[in-house]
Order: sequence, then structure tokens, then C-alpha cells
Amino acid sequence: MKFGVVVFPGSNCDYDAFHVLQNVMSQEAVFLWHKDTDLKNVDCVVLPGGFSYGDYLRSGAIARFSPIMLEIKKFAHSGGLVLGICNGFQILLEAGLLPGAMLRNKKLKFLCQHVYIRIENNRTAFTKAGKKGQVLKIPIAHFDGNYYAQPELLAELENKKQIIFRYCDEKGRITEDANVNGSMHNIAGLINNDGNVLGMMPHPERASERILGSEDGRIIFQSMINYLEKKAGPEKKKRLPVTRAKASALPPLIGTF
Amino acid sequence: MVDEKILSAHNLTREEYDYIVKLIGRQINLTELGIFSVMWSEHCGYKSSKIYLKKLPAKGKYLIQGPGENAGVLDIGDGLALVFKIESHNHPSYIEPYQGAATGVGGILRDIFTMGARPVAVLDSLRFGPLDNPKNRSIMDGVVSGISGYGNSFGVPTVGGEVYFHESYSQNPLVNVCCLGLAERDKLFYARAEGAGNAVIYAGAKTGRDGIHGATMASAEFGEDTEQKRPNVQVGDPFKEKLLLEACLEAMSKNLIIGIQDMGAAGLTCSTTEMAAKAGTGMEINLDLVPQREAGMNPYEIMLSESQERMLIVAEPDKVKPLQEIFNKWDLEAVVIGKVTEGGRLRAYFRGEPVIDIPVNAVVNLCPAYRRPVRVPEFQKKVRTLKIPEIPSDLDKTFIKLLSSPTIADKEWIFRQYDHMVQDNTMVLPGADSAVLRLKGLKKGIAVTLDGNSVYAFLNPKLGAKIAVAESCRNLACSGALPAGVTNCLNFSNPEKPEVMWQFKQVVEGIAEACREFHIPVTGGNVSFYNETEGKSIYPTPVLGVVGLIEDTSTVPSAGFLAAGETIILLGRNKEELGGSEYLRFIFNVEKGQPPALDFNLEKRVQECCRQAIRQELASTAHDLSEGGLAVALAECSFRSPKKIGFEVRLKDDIRTDALLFGESQSRIILTVKEKDTRRLLALARKLKVPARVIGRTGGRKMVIWHRKKKAIECGIEEGYAAWKKAIPDYFKI
Repeated sequence: MKFGVVVFPGSNCDYDAFHVLQNVMSQEAVFLWHKDTDLKNVDCVVLPGGFSYGDYLRSGAIARFSPIMLEIKKFAHSGGLVLGICNGFQILLEAGLLPGAMLRNKKLKFLCQHVYIRIENNRTAFTKAGKKGQVLKIPIAHFDGNYYAQPELLAELENKKQIIFRYCDEKGRITEDANVNGSMHNIAGLINNDGNVLGMMPHPERASERILGSEDGRIIFQSMINYLEKKAGPEKKKRLPVTRAKASALPPLIGTF
Repeated sequence: MVDEKILSAHNLTREEYDYIVKLIGRQINLTELGIFSVMWSEHCGYKSSKIYLKKLPAKGKYLIQGPGENAGVLDIGDGLALVFKIESHNHPSYIEPYQGAATGVGGILRDIFTMGARPVAVLDSLRFGPLDNPKNRSIMDGVVSGISGYGNSFGVPTVGGEVYFHESYSQNPLVNVCCLGLAERDKLFYARAEGAGNAVIYAGAKTGRDGIHGATMASAEFGEDTEQKRPNVQVGDPFKEKLLLEACLEAMSKNLIIGIQDMGAAGLTCSTTEMAAKAGTGMEINLDLVPQREAGMNPYEIMLSESQERMLIVAEPDKVKPLQEIFNKWDLEAVVIGKVTEGGRLRAYFRGEPVIDIPVNAVVNLCPAYRRPVRVPEFQKKVRTLKIPEIPSDLDKTFIKLLSSPTIADKEWIFRQYDHMVQDNTMVLPGADSAVLRLKGLKKGIAVTLDGNSVYAFLNPKLGAKIAVAESCRNLACSGALPAGVTNCLNFSNPEKPEVMWQFKQVVEGIAEACREFHIPVTGGNVSFYNETEGKSIYPTPVLGVVGLIEDTSTVPSAGFLAAGETIILLGRNKEELGGSEYLRFIFNVEKGQPPALDFNLEKRVQECCRQAIRQELASTAHDLSEGGLAVALAECSFRSPKKIGFEVRLKDDIRTDALLFGESQSRIILTVKEKDTRRLLALARKLKVPARVIGRTGGRKMVIWHRKKKAIECGIEEGYAAWKKAIPDYFKI
């Protein structure tokens, strides 16, 4: 399938996501420049991690005004699959594609570490390849990942099973200690009401190869691929021959496409 | 006429001024004086260190570019070049810790990408005073936040480094930042203003009044008025730097650039004069065209500003427009401010008037080199005699206490504030002997480490320096890497003091000797003098950054025990050496004696044995012995083990028990192997003439060390782990 990775000024996990989609998951991947308005016919949009616009003002607050966001909103409203990772999640919140807001981490420090998250709902386009209650080891790297929502909204998210991942311990227990950034209800990942837009703070693209210490992140990418292939039907699947490029030690220039 | 007050404000002597006048052939104006002042400062001109730095070996198998460019370059095969360098940002980090450290990261990143390389890793060597002093805590908190704030946003992983705590750094913290970048072997860029008539382009952030005379500030000791020097510290914008990186690499890939240099220390002054001097050309620039952030800046301020995130580019006239289009795409300015000329002079105009007209060669290459007097410090004799205290009655307690020494304790509180995984290449997380990066699509990888023990260098500068090189190489060997190149950062006090100059000379000689032994070139680095505040000096602190190549990253062993029931093997010899040890320093407050002896032949054989064991996939764990000795090294393997596996070790060496447990004898590595591989490993060691023996096994929930049939240490993992884990965060509880 064809994945579009959006490049905002200051995105810095764009190539990581591109690399995993193309070289690990063997999918077609393209970069989408934030000033463009063409989604290049992709099946799925990925908003990668980083510091779009330096995270100045507020994480994600400026990126939502980039021209491409208007197209991404249309794409999402018509059922297109959108994954926001870390800064991508923050942008989705600022853009109103997901509800709630992010605060600074509870101890007011940037945190980069492996964490455990539990799949709360596996009946989604993003988690179907996993099991409900399955514990994934995936790293986080953020300053503003402390999810906040009003009590009514939290209740709604719980009721509609929109909370997809929660921070947990190694054994899957939802504890305060495991909730490293202080998120309400240990929320690590959230889906919209229609089930086609997911935001998550952990970085699945950093946990998709054994050599980097975990492959649990592939469950998310594989679920998306399965969903898209099923949606496309056998014909479209056939129509898109994927040429698997060899991974390169030097990333391509992300601005030139 | 230039009076003594102006000269002293510019850190120039009367003799130096007279020499400048002789070179130029006339009295110089204030702007020109400012230019000479920064370029002939210790920081830029290396006037006290030059004659010694020449002694460092600069030849090696992989070398493409040695000292003299923005960074060193090694050929690592497959069409790739590894670009790397270390820089200090000590003085700014004391005055304004956050911005000082942040711009330290920013500066070294630009040194790397100005050569056409994408930065792939940062490591930091940090030194702070003891943490029970709130001022030191505040400096450390600021420095760590600054590194985190800049590096994370820019998108380079901070993959490792080292942190030491010692009283001598109380008002002189050290912040040394090392960066590695990757480039195409045939697409390297140099700081040369070739071709008269080519355009000189200013790109990036606007120029403000920040950082004026930063380089000069870093070339004098501090007094009580240090706080007033805050305006001399630059302010960083990592977002702009990230844009600058992408724009520069894109312009380079399209062959739009002839030469390029970042504006770091001494800003526009340094970049214009150095680029012209290296190419044997001159430059003519119009200062009115320099983008300015503040109104009313004069030529002096424009030339000496150290505003961050700026580049000076030389391009052919017909490439200017496409180049500007790229920068504009990244929301950056790229403005033509002048042209390359023949004749070797820098001429600048301001409001139509000529304000600078000086020969670039004089500025860049004729800075005087001083052979400053050297004298062995008085204390050198006194510290030689070491009366070793009695062995403590409760060694368990001593062991736990040593684990809580901030120098030995876990540094996670620091490194988890750094994004150490971005770019998806970090195979070994911070805290291990060396950081390891895979190269996507290739079997091989890169290992890198920083090292330097200043107590050793204080007690014996030459030996301390040799150990720093040897230990760095040993760190690399523990990940299976062969050392390929060195960068160094030499942090010292006031070079005008003969005792300090003696230390410096000894250290450089030690590094030179050791690098020759390991056949590795020193590709550049940085000297930071005047690390002295209110008369208090730092210990001599050479920091070595060594990069190495790993043939096959799939063989890299773990830094912690992987399984119970494995055999623990010690390579090397235990000796009764306690001089300079962290044990004596932290437990008894004694800094005396001689650092452990170093035998290069044994050292090299031990390292080779470790590398071969790793290549043959015999070693599950490899860890080098350093501060805290054997007991601490074993404990670290337990703490870094995913399941916190314990160990039981039996030793019979005929030496003091405390020396056996905590002594820091060199050339030792512990390996663990599967039971069935034990014989093979011992045979390998015999073949390489390396002393090796089985000392125990992994397993259990305890750390147990026997010495001559007596239990010297028996301690639960959790108790030791808590002491090691909590020591640093406990100082920063909120």
C-alpha cells in the first residue's frame, strides 16, 4: 500500500517512519511536503514525530496551519487512515482531529525511554494484528505527553473504547509508576470516533527491528497494512507492485521530492 | 591611538599589538583590532598550544582529513565518510548553563554539517562540582536541559558520553560535546573561498548583538564579575539549525556550493578570513547587506557577533538564484554580501565607507605561537607518597557506598532527558562502555566513546593521558570495534602559569605516544585554557573521543548479564594498585599515589582477545574495568542485565582485598560465555598470550565475591541497585 509521511519544518522522525514503512514493512512510502496540497493518492497519512516549528508556542500549535493540514482533514473526514506519532499526535490534537490536550510531563523533564503499553482495544484498523491486553515494549521521547481531558470527555472516550493504548508495567498492570508522563487514565494512544485517526505518544517506528531492541511496533504497521489491503480488495493489491528499495545509511534529502 | 585599557579589554599585549602594526604597516582601527583580538585569542589562535599539538600523530589507515578543517574525516568504506569532532563550551556553560550547553551542541553540529555530513550522533563529556552544593546542581540541571533542548529538537540522538563529579569543577564546569556525521565519501565540502569573482553568501539566522567576544571571554579566567559576562553568551535556536541543515545538505547535493563554513566562535570574522586564507584569496563584503536582528549595529558588532545558526557560503554567480530558492523553501534567508577577490585581503564597507582592509594571512596564520615556560608543580612530589588507609571492616557497606558515588552511579536521570534513539540507529543505549550505531542497509556499524580521568591526569598527566586513550580503545573493544580515529578536547587552567603549561605538555605527549601505539590518528579537537575561577583551577582534563568500526553489528555483546549459569572470565591481571582510585577518593578523601601502570603490549593483546571473542560470537557480555574496579564492573553487569542477574566470583590473588575489589589496574575486561564455550575462549586467550581465567558464574539474586576462602562481599542485588540508581536523582527530587 502507499503511505505518505508528512514533512513539517522541524519534523525529525520523518525518515525513521519512511524507513520502517519502506524497508521493513515493504510498502510504498512517499514524503508529503507541508506546503503542498497534494496527498499523492496515498492510502494512509503518517504524521511523524519531531519538533514541528520548533514546538514554539505549543507543541503542534503552528503545524496545524500548514497548507497540507487542510487536505489531511478532508482525507480524514472521508475515512482515510491517519496515524500521528508523538509530535504527530500533538498536531492531531491541535488540529481538532482528536479530542483533548497535552500538558508537560509530570516531572517537567523530557523523557526518552522504553515503556510498556497495553492494547486496550484490538478491534481497530491500527491494532487488529495484536491481542486485547497484549503488552508492547515501545520507546517514548517527548516533553509534552501528559494527556489531559475534561471528565465528561474522558468518560466518553472510555465508553466508546477510544482509548487504544495505556501505559502499563511489564506484566500489563496499569499503575501510577508506569504512567511516566502523568497522563490521565494512563492514556498513551487514542482513536477518533470513526476509528480512522490514531494518535500515540510512543514511537512504533523505533521498535520495528530486532537490532534496535524491540519489534512490537510492527503490530501497528501490520494492522494498518492488513486493513488497507482488505479495503482495497484483491485487485488493487495486485495493481501496486512494490519495489523494495535497499535501506541506505544516508537518508534521502527529505525536502527534494 | 590604542591605549593599554583598550588592549587589555581585547586581551592583547602591547607586544602583540606592535606586531600587528608591523604586519599591517599602519595603525589599525577598532574594528580591525577586534578582529585580531578574537582571531589571536587562545580559543581561535591556539597560541599557547600550537607548538605541542603538532606532535600528535595525524596518519592512519582510514584518514581522509586531519586537523585544520571544521572536523576530521575517516573513510569507512562503502562510499561513506565519517566526520567527527569534539568542542568545549565550558565558559559559557558556567555563566548561563542552559544556553551555554545548548549552543555548544549547536556549534559542533554545524562543524559537522558544514562538511556535507548529516549529524548522526552526539556524545557529551560533562564535569561538575559535588552535587551537595546547590549551585552545582543548578549548573548541572541547566546544562543537561540545554543539551536536551537543542539536540532533541534538532533531531540528533545523544547516545552517550561521561559525567564526573569533582570539587575542582565547582566553579568551572566542563561541557565538551562530540558529534559524528555521515557523508558520501566523494561529496565532502571544505571551508575554502575558491575562485575570485564568486559570490559570498550569508545564510541562516540574522545577526544580533549576542556573543560578542565569546572567544575572547573563553580565553581568560573568571573573577567575581562573571555574572556580568552573560551578554557574551549566545542564544540558540535548534529549530532554525534543523532548517539550516536541510537547506545546506540540499544545496550541496545539487552542487551549488564551492566552499562553506559555519559562523561559530568569532562569527563573520572567522568565516571570512579563514575561508579566504585557506584558498589563498581575499574577500570584499558590504556589512550593510548582512541581515541584522537589531537596529544600529556598528561594523565592530557585526563582525564579532557570535549569533548562532549562520553559515557563510561561496558559490558561483549563476548558482546564487537556485541556492536562494532552496533556502527560501526552508524559510531561511540567503543573501549575497560580497565576493571573492584576488590579493588576499579582507575588505569591508559600511555605509559606503571602507572599515576593514587587512591581509587575511596575517589574521589567520601569523598569530604568535608561544613556547610558554613550564615547571613541574610543587605538589607533584607530595602526592606521590601514598599511605594506604586500613581496609574497612565492613566491605559490604563500603561497596554500597562506592556504588552511590555520583561518578560511578547510574546516569539515567541525565540521559533519559536526551532523545537517544531518533534516527533509528542506536543499538546500544547510553550507559554502556561505548555507544553503537548500526548503518542502515549494511552489516557494519560504528562505535564511539568519550573518556578521561582527571584524577589520574592530576597525579601524573602523561600517564593519565595514556590511560585515557587506552581506556577509550578498550571501551570500543568491548563492543567488538577496532579504533579508527581520535578527536580530543584538552581542558586546562591558565597556560601562563608554568605548572599548568607543564601539565599540558605532558598530556599532549602522553596522547601522542598512546595514539601511535594504537595506530590511530588524531583528526582534530579543541583546547580550552583558562578554566579557572577566582584563582581556583580545574584538574588537567584531557577528554578523548575515539571512534571505531564494527565489522558485523549482529555480534555486539550485551552490556549486562544475559543469562544465569554463564561463566565469568577475567582478561588481564589484578594488581595491588589503589593510587588515584575512586575508592580512595570517595571513601577516604585521598587523592594520592600514582595512577595504575599501563603496559601497551598487554593492553593491545587484551583488546584483541576481546574483539576476537566477540567476532567469534563467544562473548554474551563484555565490560571493561575502570572506576571502582572489579567489584563495581561486575555490579554494573548485574544492574544492566534485563533480569538483574547476580553473580558469584572466587578470587585467590595475593593482594590486599580492597585493591582486588576496587583497585583500577588497567588492561582488564570481564567477559561472560556460555559454559560450553569456556574452553574455546580460554584457548583463544592462550593463543593471544592474554592472561585469562574463570572467576565465577552468573546467577542468583546476590552479588558475592570470595577472596581466599573468605566472603569479601555479599550483597543483595536490590540493595546495591537502589544505591546506584538513586544517587543522582535523589539530589534533584521535586
